[in-house]
Amino acid sequence: MTLTLTTEAPPFDLPGVDGRNHSLDDYAEAEALAVVWSCNHCPYVQAWEGRMVELQRELGDRGFRLVAINSNDADSYPEDSFEAMQARAREQGFNFDYVYDEDQSALRAYGAERTPEVFLFDRDRRLVYHGAIDDSRDETQVSERYLRDAIEAVLAGREPSVHETPPVGCTVKWRS
Amino acid sequence: MTIELFYWKGCPSYPEAKELLEEVLGERGIEPAVSMREVRTQEEAERLAFPGSPTIRIDGRDVDPAGAESRPALNCRIYHLPDGRVSPVPTREQLEAALS
Repeated sequence: MTLTLTTEAPPFDLPGVDGRNHSLDDYAEAEALAVVWSCNHCPYVQAWEGRMVELQRELGDRGFRLVAINSNDADSYPEDSFEAMQARAREQGFNFDYVYDEDQSALRAYGAERTPEVFLFDRDRRLVYHGAIDDSRDETQVSERYLRDAIEAVLAGREPSVHETPPVGCTVKWRS
Repeated sequence: MTIELFYWKGCPSYPEAKELLEEVLGERGIEPAVSMREVRTQEEAERLAFPGSPTIRIDGRDVDPAGAESRPALNCRIYHLPDGRVSPVPTREQLEAALS
């Protein structure tokens, strides 16, 4: 079951591509926290990940943090292995934490279904936006920047005007 | 001419690929008789050498021969655009070239 609006962020503690573990508590200082289900192999993720880097770069100084979680079954999808995650983060210059949910416990807790799929939490870690990053995988065709607008609202102490959109992307790959 | 579109329901891009394919076929005056073939299991993916959804074959030839060599799997297929970006569907140019 996917998290519902205003739900508190479920805790996680997962290994990151930087060799350290990252838990929800590590982001305690963030004014807005986006937890994004992601992976390596999905073309939708690949189309959007540059925009994730941009958001972290442009809004990081104002207290925004993004953490990307890959829960995919790497036995069936070796492109999503931890080693492949490390390589992808290096190649694409990720400026956010990219962590591996090997046992899929975070996936079960959040109920994500797609990659990419965003859960944005406010200062109190209540879910205020869930869904897509924006309205087009083609960055030249974007007209609605859902996540950016929601982050701006949270940073300004307001409610986002859009709380939910349907995430568009690959299905998460459950272990059988 | 045999036109097959292999797809996996776990990837949402196949309706868009079908629409684009039918558009390109229509522009060329070709009856858009696309044979939709669902791939349901990894075993089927391997048997059909299915590198991801969607995969379009015209008279048995993949519209993106380079991508056709990828490991068979139930996933979303990656198509590379000329400007370096990626897309979950082939480009119009790839489809037009395959029909030439």
